[in-house]
Amino acid sequence: MKYYRSHVLVCVDPECLQKGAHELVDALQDELVATGLIDEVQVLETSRIGGCSLGPEMMVYPEGVHYVGVTPDDVPYLVEEHFLKGRVVNKFQMPTTKIVDEELGAPTQKEVRIVLRNCGKIDPENIEDYIAEDGYQALAKVLTEMTPEEVIDTVLKSGLRGRGGAGFPTGKKWQFTRQAPGEIKYVVCNADEGDPGAFMNRRVLEGDPHSVIEGMIIAAYAIGAHQGYIYCRAEYPVAVSTLNIAIQQARNLGLLGKDILGSGFDFDLEVRMGAGAFVCGEETALIASIEGRRGEPRPRPPFPAVQGLWNKPTNVNNVETYANIPQIILKGPEWYASYGTEKSKGTKTFALAGDLNHTGLIEVPLGISLREIIYDVGGGIKDGKAFKAVQIGGPMGGCVPAEYLDLPLDYESLAQAGTIMGSGGMIVLDEDTCMVDVARYFMDFTQDESCGKCTPCRVGTRRILEILTRICDGKGQDGDIELLENLCQEIRTNSLCGLGQGAPNPVVSTLRYFRDEYEAHIYEKRCPAKVCRALIRYEILPDACTGCTVCARNCPVNAISGERRQTHVIDPDTCIRCGICMQVCNFNAVVIE
Amino acid sequence: MSVETKSSEKILEAVNAAIEKYGAKQEELIPILNEVNRRLGYIPTEAMEQISRRLKEPKSSLFGVASFYHMLSTKPRGRHVIQFCESAPCHVVGGREVFEALKETLGLEPNETSPDGKWTLITTSCLGVCSVGPVIVIDEDIYGNVDARKVPEILARYV
Repeated sequence: MKYYRSHVLVCVDPECLQKGAHELVDALQDELVATGLIDEVQVLETSRIGGCSLGPEMMVYPEGVHYVGVTPDDVPYLVEEHFLKGRVVNKFQMPTTKIVDEELGAPTQKEVRIVLRNCGKIDPENIEDYIAEDGYQALAKVLTEMTPEEVIDTVLKSGLRGRGGAGFPTGKKWQFTRQAPGEIKYVVCNADEGDPGAFMNRRVLEGDPHSVIEGMIIAAYAIGAHQGYIYCRAEYPVAVSTLNIAIQQARNLGLLGKDILGSGFDFDLEVRMGAGAFVCGEETALIASIEGRRGEPRPRPPFPAVQGLWNKPTNVNNVETYANIPQIILKGPEWYASYGTEKSKGTKTFALAGDLNHTGLIEVPLGISLREIIYDVGGGIKDGKAFKAVQIGGPMGGCVPAEYLDLPLDYESLAQAGTIMGSGGMIVLDEDTCMVDVARYFMDFTQDESCGKCTPCRVGTRRILEILTRICDGKGQDGDIELLENLCQEIRTNSLCGLGQGAPNPVVSTLRYFRDEYEAHIYEKRCPAKVCRALIRYEILPDACTGCTVCARNCPVNAISGERRQTHVIDPDTCIRCGICMQVCNFNAVVIE
Repeated sequence: MSVETKSSEKILEAVNAAIEKYGAKQEELIPILNEVNRRLGYIPTEAMEQISRRLKEPKSSLFGVASFYHMLSTKPRGRHVIQFCESAPCHVVGGREVFEALKETLGLEPNETSPDGKWTLITTSCLGVCSVGPVIVIDEDIYGNVDARKVPEILARYV
């Protein structure tokens, strides 16, 4: 084996490829050849590192320096400075968040990486990289030193709760499945991460697939299962192929299959792909989909722990839950429980999206405040604008306004504020966001994804959407708010599964915190954030307009008239309010009234 | 030229390949339909009949499954399929303008195919590449940070 003094890992996930990751790899290779360093420095391709929005990004080891935004033109300078002169190039260093080993983190460090610890650090398609990071040691410990009961006890003690969103204690679920009568049992991994804006699980699957596989084998041993399935959504083709490679490599080393590590324990895994249905993230719908049927939920109980896949006891956990397991076994439940709050232990990954300076993935100890996440980890609101709200927990979650910025992030506090932990999507909204439009948007999503099996969800979400659409179109009526509140209550109490029960949350929470915006739309026919098209008008300021004709030439419906060097005018009847004129104007002469 | 429908020969070939790959078992139905959809661009009625016979499953339940999942199409699609991500992170960074521009330029509403058989416009749920939104996918190419003005230029790359 060849030894290199330095390794450069370039992220080649779709986002970084977009930003020229392959060109960066080529430029690095060429430059290393040209400078004669090619035998000393190795360039490798890896999955996501974490600075998604600032890509292309790369890590340099052993120093652990995280560079972002490097273009091929910068490569000669970077190679000379870093690899010839040994100086870190500050201007390409990732701002604020740094990847650190969680044990080395200073107390002020906001991030703690347990689930994401290997992401961007190892080659996900090489099992040896994972093994070098203590991979499969927890499995060996479990199979040689622990009884299934001891494993369950350890997980119980760690306080780990389901990271799919509902927060059910993982150890208890395992216990129920173990105690359920029946010879044949299954373990299932829910990798149907469908919440818009949530991509934490994708990153783990693409960056550290073996941590999930190892967690699943340990779970199987604990509950007494010999077959497992990972149900991955079809929108994630890279995750599916990475998983399949990882499973094959684990099989080749005898970590999956018959007589694992000579312990006499048999277990094998298979990846199942969805075909685009959000509701399949609900566990009973997911099970129906694995069985090859329409992914429709069924009433619980019986819970999958008693009657799941092919009516056998089945343990269903989320990707992140499984990925936590090996570390809990290795480092002990007390170590894990030292992070977090009294009832919410450990860390949680979040996908930060929306109007933030640094969007991307983070992993923080539970109990951290929203303010710390948004301002310290996320770098604050884009363009110096004001924070308005944060949508937590995806389409079944709610919007939390500025007065809750100091809320500690745990399952109970979030429920009190009217939202849910969810799988970890966090969409930050700035002052230019219309909350009625946001609620309408989420309702559009849920009514589209409603499977149609039960009436409250199928019809109710459609009715809510109609009312919200009419409010945004300036046709809101007196009584609409009360009607919405009524409908939300009915849908929440009468729907069959979590999708329907959670569907009203965005409406309920925006009504709770931003009722004045609803009232402005309905009674004053005004959209305070100037978003809803029927309630706004584009105008040209005569003093600022130079008559350059750019707006008129770009208008798709020819609504703008005016002679060259004369003030232009927008015809409000023809205007479709697409906003292109405002985007193209070089003199900020187009305004929204 | 209208939208291309597939010949019986091609359909049979796709069905055989899919069943050979996954086995004639009911629990493999979704992978089989996915494979046929991938090979032909959609699942023709004739393919559904073939699969129904081989898996010994009623056609009604096959159609139930095929129409349930967004990614399976029972109607022929254009040569290029444009997927627009309609998720919240793309929406709040200007997705709506991009969608309007797409519909305008193509003259299509979602789920429609252009008369010349070139384009099909569909929406997709979150693709997980939220930090470069708004995002559109044409065939297998992902475009991030799209704005309304870039749309005609992107479309012009496809023949």
